[in-house]
Amino acid sequence: MANERVPGAPGMTYEDGPVRAFALAAVLWGVVGMAVGVFIAAQLAWPELNFGISWLSYGRLRPLHTNAVIFAFGGCTLMATSYHVVQRTGQTRLFAPGLAWFHFWSWQAVIVAAAVTLPLGITRGKEYAELEWPIALLIAVSWIAYAIVFFGTVGRRKIRHIYVANWFFGAFILAVALLHIVNGAVLPVSLWKSYSAYAGVQDAMVQWWYGHNAVGFFLTAGFLGMMYYYIPKQAERPVYSYRLSIVHFWALIFTYMWAGPHHLHYTALPDWAQSVGMIFSLVLLAPSWGGMINGIMTLSGAWHKLRDDPILKFLIVSLSFYGMSTFEGPMMSIKTVNALSHYTDWTVGHVHSGALGWVGLISMGSLYHLIPRMFGRTQMYSKSAIELHFWIATLGIVLYIAAMWIAGVMQGLMWRAVNPDGTLVYTFVESVKATWPFYVTRLVGGLMYLAGMLVMVWNVVKTVQAGKSERVRIPQVLAHA
Amino acid sequence: MDILYLLIPFSVVLVLLIVAVFGWAVNDGQLDGFENEAERILLDEDQAA
Repeated sequence: MANERVPGAPGMTYEDGPVRAFALAAVLWGVVGMAVGVFIAAQLAWPELNFGISWLSYGRLRPLHTNAVIFAFGGCTLMATSYHVVQRTGQTRLFAPGLAWFHFWSWQAVIVAAAVTLPLGITRGKEYAELEWPIALLIAVSWIAYAIVFFGTVGRRKIRHIYVANWFFGAFILAVALLHIVNGAVLPVSLWKSYSAYAGVQDAMVQWWYGHNAVGFFLTAGFLGMMYYYIPKQAERPVYSYRLSIVHFWALIFTYMWAGPHHLHYTALPDWAQSVGMIFSLVLLAPSWGGMINGIMTLSGAWHKLRDDPILKFLIVSLSFYGMSTFEGPMMSIKTVNALSHYTDWTVGHVHSGALGWVGLISMGSLYHLIPRMFGRTQMYSKSAIELHFWIATLGIVLYIAAMWIAGVMQGLMWRAVNPDGTLVYTFVESVKATWPFYVTRLVGGLMYLAGMLVMVWNVVKTVQAGKSERVRIPQVLAHA
Repeated sequence: MDILYLLIPFSVVLVLLIVAVFGWAVNDGQLDGFENEAERILLDEDQAA
């Protein structure tokens, strides 16, 4: 049942154009987003680096960094891989390719609009939902196109069974649409200014219902879809337990929806709502670790492949970071732990353990598998460059998160230290001063991660130059399973 | 916390929807005899011309 490459043959071939475009865009935006991240990390150590220009100030560039890495790099990777996986596992052509191209260009327009408006200070002020209402509307339109193409392709599949990766991608697409619409309810007062339909703590609750589920469905479910397709493909072994993968899916989506209040511990949110958020966060550990073990055990009996194959290193180490951050997250949601960790750089370390370690590495591993195949090859141009990328990225992550752990716990302890007479032992600025060496260490870690991404760009350019985009014939299905 | 009167019913509706989709998956036979499905994706490799 091997697929043939047939130059220019019409009809019975996969529609890989949008996959190619999204994959290359992901690499480009990855560099941009990570470079902005490195720049603002340097600003935390040397605040003069904003040069007194408001467009370059930390407060405006930080949302640009998060939007670029999450929605541009992560988003384009998710879109490329979901369009690839849904076609290959269903053995069918993309539904409405024209609409898929509209999805591609409208999504790029959203990214460019974000890159212009955020430095200008145009923002809704909601974390991970900063973009003002005209751009938010464009996101909604682009997303609806995405949903139509994806579910349309599922609908015309030739294989009766829907492979588990598509369930994760599908849940990601539907959940993000709902979250975006509910949290996007605003009253526009001018072209570039709007006010939330909710007020005060109500708005905070909606925001973190959105924010946490964005982490759950955008940064977790979608990337788990990649995990369940690209790890078996790269390892050339079926997933350890297909049964467990289905349990993983349903358990995860039933529990994620209720964990959001842990972002609002010790605020005006009612105590019981905080506790509900904490309990659901603890429950989440079970499906998360089930999935992690399932992915890693796929290599069971073939561990030697991990030694020789740098792409598998990316994919498997990403799962170790997934396991680490899904243990750390529930632990930090325990209120007594949160009393120490909240508002400190520990949170930043936790987020980057998930973002650089899990989301970043699984994306890069999947792209290294996908990109050569989209250009008529089976291998990237340079295998040793992938190996180099893996090691500098991993060392960069370790430096980054270790620095933020130490900084965070130190800040938490300094802020809560009280003299016998009830006064604070440390002023706030003393904790800032004590954090400085860790900010510099974090910058070094971030620079290494960015350097790895630049190695990837070189490798991708060489691969694309050496390859050519050909149409791939869809295999003829002999019998339905 | 009036917002909970929106968010909780909304989340409950969502869970009911998920239950409905799960029900569809069971009735459609998506969960029957899936043991070969993990191998199937490996049989399908794009080949060089």
